[in-house]
Amino acid sequence: MAEPRACVECLRRSWLLADLGPYVERVATGEVGSRSPELLRLSNEDLVAVSAPKVAAQLLARVAALPEERLREELLLAGCWACCRHGDLYPDHLRDAADAPWALIGRGDPGLLDGLEPFDAVTIVGARRATSYGREIARELGRELAAAGMIVVSGLAFGIDGCAHRGALDAGRTIAVLGCGPDVAYPSSHRTLWRRICETGLVVSELPPGATPWRWTFPARNRIMAALAGMTVVVEAATRSGSLITTDLAADLGRDLGAVPGPVTSRASAGPNGLLASGAHLVRDAQDVLDAMLGPGNKPLAHAGPDLDPQLQAVLAAVEAGESTCDAVATATGLSGAAAAAALSRLELLGYLHCSNLGTYLRTLLSPPSCGAL
Amino acid sequence: MLATARTFTLDGIAARPVRVEVDVHKGLPNFTIVGLPDAAVREARERVRAALVNCGFEFPLRRIVVNLAPASLRKAGPAMDLAIAAALLSASDQLAWEELARVALVGELALDGSTRPVQGALAMAEAARESGAEAIVLPAENGPEAALVEGIDVIGVEGLGCLSGLVEGTWRPAPPEPLPLRREVGAGAPDLADLRGQPHLRHALEVAAAGGHSLLMIGPPGAGKSLAASRLPSILPPLAAGEALEVARIASACGRLDALPAGRPFRAPHHTISAVGLVGGGAQAIRPGEVTLAHRGVLFLDELGEFRRDALEALRAPLEGGEVSIVRAGGQRSLPCRFMLVAAANPCPCGRGETDPDCSCAPYDVKRYQGKLSGALADRIDLLAAVRQPSAAEIGGPPGEPSAAVRERVQAARERQELRLGSGRCNAEMTPAEARACRLSDEAASLLADLYARQRLSGRAHDRALRLAQTLADLAGAAEIGEEQMAQALQMRRRDRG
Repeated sequence: MAEPRACVECLRRSWLLADLGPYVERVATGEVGSRSPELLRLSNEDLVAVSAPKVAAQLLARVAALPEERLREELLLAGCWACCRHGDLYPDHLRDAADAPWALIGRGDPGLLDGLEPFDAVTIVGARRATSYGREIARELGRELAAAGMIVVSGLAFGIDGCAHRGALDAGRTIAVLGCGPDVAYPSSHRTLWRRICETGLVVSELPPGATPWRWTFPARNRIMAALAGMTVVVEAATRSGSLITTDLAADLGRDLGAVPGPVTSRASAGPNGLLASGAHLVRDAQDVLDAMLGPGNKPLAHAGPDLDPQLQAVLAAVEAGESTCDAVATATGLSGAAAAAALSRLELLGYLHCSNLGTYLRTLLSPPSCGAL
Repeated sequence: MLATARTFTLDGIAARPVRVEVDVHKGLPNFTIVGLPDAAVREARERVRAALVNCGFEFPLRRIVVNLAPASLRKAGPAMDLAIAAALLSASDQLAWEELARVALVGELALDGSTRPVQGALAMAEAARESGAEAIVLPAENGPEAALVEGIDVIGVEGLGCLSGLVEGTWRPAPPEPLPLRREVGAGAPDLADLRGQPHLRHALEVAAAGGHSLLMIGPPGAGKSLAASRLPSILPPLAAGEALEVARIASACGRLDALPAGRPFRAPHHTISAVGLVGGGAQAIRPGEVTLAHRGVLFLDELGEFRRDALEALRAPLEGGEVSIVRAGGQRSLPCRFMLVAAANPCPCGRGETDPDCSCAPYDVKRYQGKLSGALADRIDLLAAVRQPSAAEIGGPPGEPSAAVRERVQAARERQELRLGSGRCNAEMTPAEARACRLSDEAASLLADLYARQRLSGRAHDRALRLAQTLADLAGAAEIGEEQMAQALQMRRRDRG
């Protein structure tokens, strides 16, 4: 395995970015030409001159004077390692981008980057404010893609990101790309998830340990997410969402785009529906993702569930028709409240349904054996 | 001269005996009350003075000292007026009452000498019997509730003037008729037939009533959550005789006996209630909270997510122990509170739910709101029912099964539980050891074990599923928990994780 190595110049770049946090915050407006991924194409000198002209000399001198041993000690103390664009571990396809990060600071298993190819990884992005439909789909996609051996890349944010990570952790490997230092659990309520990913997967960032997140660091980390994987799938996103920045960046790099369709009336699905209209791959389940990346039929997933008796089939059909509460299912199927409860419970145990903590039911991606061809 | 009389002060819902000692002797005219009186007791001076004069007695212009013993107990309320007046009359030789020390006197005095009813007369009559008094003299309005206590003579008086006739033996009122305790809901009470359609909600109510399980209903506003909750008392079994007396004692102590509903109490406090209002307390005298008022009945918390977190936290211990313990500087008091908790909540702060495009709740707000539902009280809520807007066909449809029919099934299930667990107990109160001793069919056991092994259930959720399944089996009249009942229980349980 390639060792995580980073040259001191690339490390200093990371520390410079952390120092520039508040300065870039002022100039990265999101207008064309001053988006943070565009700013990050600049050399150290140009970047400092653009963002902090008054203190440019001091900042550059300070960073240049950082002793190498201190940087490496800080990494060690935070339990992190680093690899730079000149090292072996740095994924080749990450260099596709003009704004590729100089160094990746990682926490967790560096083996996930070793020999990583674009078709080994899928990026799942989406809204922080997701519906239970989006969360369930993200979890399922994460789980099934990880089970199929893919590495699931996402951003540890609320909503879709967190669900994709959780699903992937259930079945396989995942990489979280952060907009702060890799030792900083942000958002803090995802601390447990962050710890689990550190233990069994990988957390990476281009910022040094302890760096705090800024508004501009999120579009910046989105470019790493877009570049790491061969395909970026949007689960739910409003029309003006950060997730769509990731898809723009992925499209610029020539990566595949996928989108999960949603109701045309749903604001949360406006983003992916728009992407589908402009030609993104339609993603209904993990198989669609694998077919798009590897070619149809190259990696079939076997995921038909167990057999169902007619009563369970009727209940499943009612949930598929949009009934989400036990009451509605009982009314639609004509079953008693007790019988409907028992049927829903069985379907949940068999994996066909997912019950939220509000007691409402959602269909999972598992399909019954009798209706394999939808 | 010295005279003593017996009376009581109300402390929570219990009556504490107080001995009134009145000493009248020479000196500058003065009237002092000692023995930790509160403001209402201290003002008895003015009421007693006016009442004596207006009833034709003489107010002695001498030095009067009233001591309320034991001196360490705080005395509150106006119920000691009558005893102070009687002891004062005796001490000033205006009333030659030899039995004064053997009867208990309770009552507030009006300025014209007539008596006004007091709170807690039922508890006071019981305490009078315990302390060995032969009779209790109290305002006529309190007569019926005091007459519920057997083994003591109840004498209802209209005013201070009646005492002379009583002492001379020329007047003795007829013993009052005991207050009728209505142990079952009346004919006009809200009926479950009003709940049309919504079969699952009906079933959840029935299971909650049958096993005494606490229930959380989640659904949009106007879906029928409050309607369902208010029908719950009508399907609960009637109060046992002893339980009805407990309920009456609490109502009496709160002065709400007139409003005592037929059957089990139903309390629905507003969500702005404080922790003290909910569990009881107070700086001076301890007042029972809503949990105690709901004793043997139903406590309904509508808009659970809007309640203050500290108020919900304070509910935990009462739910666990069946009584609330209040510690104040004056000491510790226990109030009974064995009630069924029913709560209702919206799916998100705006109530529309995430699937509605108009829902504008921020993810953090939704998270915090739902955290409240699953946070403070989570351990103690057994059943979860997702409620949805009834369809037009359901609203226009035929009325549902009436309460009486459901109550019969509930009562049969309760009888099975009492046979197994002992009198007065229900499945919701099963200890973990008792829950794990439930008899399961092989299929039911493997269903539960499978889920537990897949780590989809915590240990506590495992026991909760067993309790619910046992109630379902009791409702079905089955000797052991079958696979069908276990599957239902797993659906109906409150979820631990999302």
